Amino acid sequence: MSTDLTIATAAERLRRGDLTAVDLTQAALDRIAATDDAIHAFLTVTPDEALAAARAADAAFANGTAAGPLTGIPIAVKDVIATAGIRTTAGSKILADFVPAYDATVTRRLKDAGAVIVGKVNCDEFAMGSSNENSAYGVTRNPWDLDRVPGGSSGGSAAAVAAGQALASLGTDTGGSIRLPASYTGIVGMKPTYGRVSRFGVVAYASSLDQVGPMTRDVTDCALVLSILAGHDPRDSTSVNRPVGDYAAAVAGGVAGARGLRIALPREYFGEGMQPAVEQAVRTAATTFRDAGATVHDASLPHTEHAVGTYYILATAEASSNLARYDGIRYGLRAPTDGGLLDLYRRTRAAGFGPEVKRRIMLGTYVLSSGYYDAYYLKAQKVRTLIRRDFEQVFAGADVIMTPVAPTTAFRIGEKTADPLQMYLSDVFMISINLAGLPSIVLPCGVDENGMPIGLQIVGPPFGEEIVLRAARSFEAATTWHHLRPPDLAERKPPQ
Amino acid sequence: MKISVEQIRHVALLARLALTPAEEEELTTNLGQILQHMDKLNQLDTSGVEPTAHIVAVDTPWREDVVTNAPDTDALLANAPARDDDLFLVPKIID
Repeated sequence: MSTDLTIATAAERLRRGDLTAVDLTQAALDRIAATDDAIHAFLTVTPDEALAAARAADAAFANGTAAGPLTGIPIAVKDVIATAGIRTTAGSKILADFVPAYDATVTRRLKDAGAVIVGKVNCDEFAMGSSNENSAYGVTRNPWDLDRVPGGSSGGSAAAVAAGQALASLGTDTGGSIRLPASYTGIVGMKPTYGRVSRFGVVAYASSLDQVGPMTRDVTDCALVLSILAGHDPRDSTSVNRPVGDYAAAVAGGVAGARGLRIALPREYFGEGMQPAVEQAVRTAATTFRDAGATVHDASLPHTEHAVGTYYILATAEASSNLARYDGIRYGLRAPTDGGLLDLYRRTRAAGFGPEVKRRIMLGTYVLSSGYYDAYYLKAQKVRTLIRRDFEQVFAGADVIMTPVAPTTAFRIGEKTADPLQMYLSDVFMISINLAGLPSIVLPCGVDENGMPIGLQIVGPPFGEEIVLRAARSFEAATTWHHLRPPDLAERKPPQ
Repeated sequence: MKISVEQIRHVALLARLALTPAEEEELTTNLGQILQHMDKLNQLDTSGVEPTAHIVAVDTPWREDVVTNAPDTDALLANAPARDDDLFLVPKIID
């Protein structure tokens, strides 16, 4: 059977009884077995646990106790998210054998909603990267073109959904790590407002920026998974205690959701260095919105050019502190030493971390070090305030901001690895949104001359998940881009 | 800002990283380029601008001081690279 179903379609069929969770899960496992040699999305596949969860789901359907909206739905989880009893590597050699003793809150929420976790998916080491090439376990390939990157850092999460290996996945986004891979693989991905989803049990990269979010085939599924993930968690002190919106209602209006929407296009997000097909697709999306009853106006986010510098100071500073815990003592790799404790630390970290993680630890340690703190770290915190104010000013006259996701579509494997600064600059349109803590969704809005997907980004004000979802769903309902599938999967029909 | 190989060695010590000479050389070049990009922030006048440490203003939450997780020594020590009974084993620190 096909795994090319949305959650909404599969859930309906499961409820009706013309599909069993075991069959659906087995189909996902078969699909992984058939395609993952080529794609390499999965670091760990968990067939036994998945089939046990599927049998429990079928039993629940049979005796009428299947309450959870994700009951029986195969989902993949990024390998920076803790799963009790299942290896969680963060894409790093330093955690090659690490088996968490507990579930992350988001893992627990998926399980409580009845989801079937089919495995753990690849990512850049400690979620640091834009291409998945920084994984210690090899690159994940883009299902649309195996010579191209899937984007990063949640590249495995994106590829698994695009290739039909799971119906949805969880990613994390610190500077675009959900949105870039969603865009590069033609799926939907959402970074919620900072504080909307618990970070408890998520391997920390940059704590003031990290958020977990859904990666799905369409906007309706995104709303559904977000409604499971969102909510206050006493175990995360940055988790915000405010009511969760009605995300299902937000997407129920279809095209009509665009009526009366005020959409801002920031001029700093267009121009020099942009692939023409990308700009064209986003401009066409603006027309689609106008035709559906929205108003579109130009706006300015004047500090955009400083976002990459600000981000790589703050994120690496936080990373250098967060990754101090990998010391070879309590868990993870320990390198052999005949010296003392300092030698043990230095050798363990040298052996366990890859080049990009070392680079970011070094950068972060430098900007926090005596004599440079004010010039870099404090300065960047102040510029972060300016970036946040840019958005506040635009949202005074707009409901959402619409932008390209990245200047180009997915690049080739190896194309940018020699120049870290160029790699960092591929995140330029997403990073400000993390710095400002805003909710943002990415959905497909076209293909380029090589048939590679183009993503559209829609950003909302803090806790504006509902308006963002409403806008995204209205665009999706007016277009057919979300029905496109990677070429080798073309024989499959769009979901009905 | 340019960064010297001596500075790279100092930062590597602070970061508890043993670097090879090749890594030292590469990081001297890479970090220099990245810091140069970051130096563009100095074009901005930020006098009187408050720094943002966290984007969502949250009060420090309080809770009752009660144990909420059961101690499970074996589960927690299962990931230890070296253990001795219920203890983490580390190299000798004091001669």
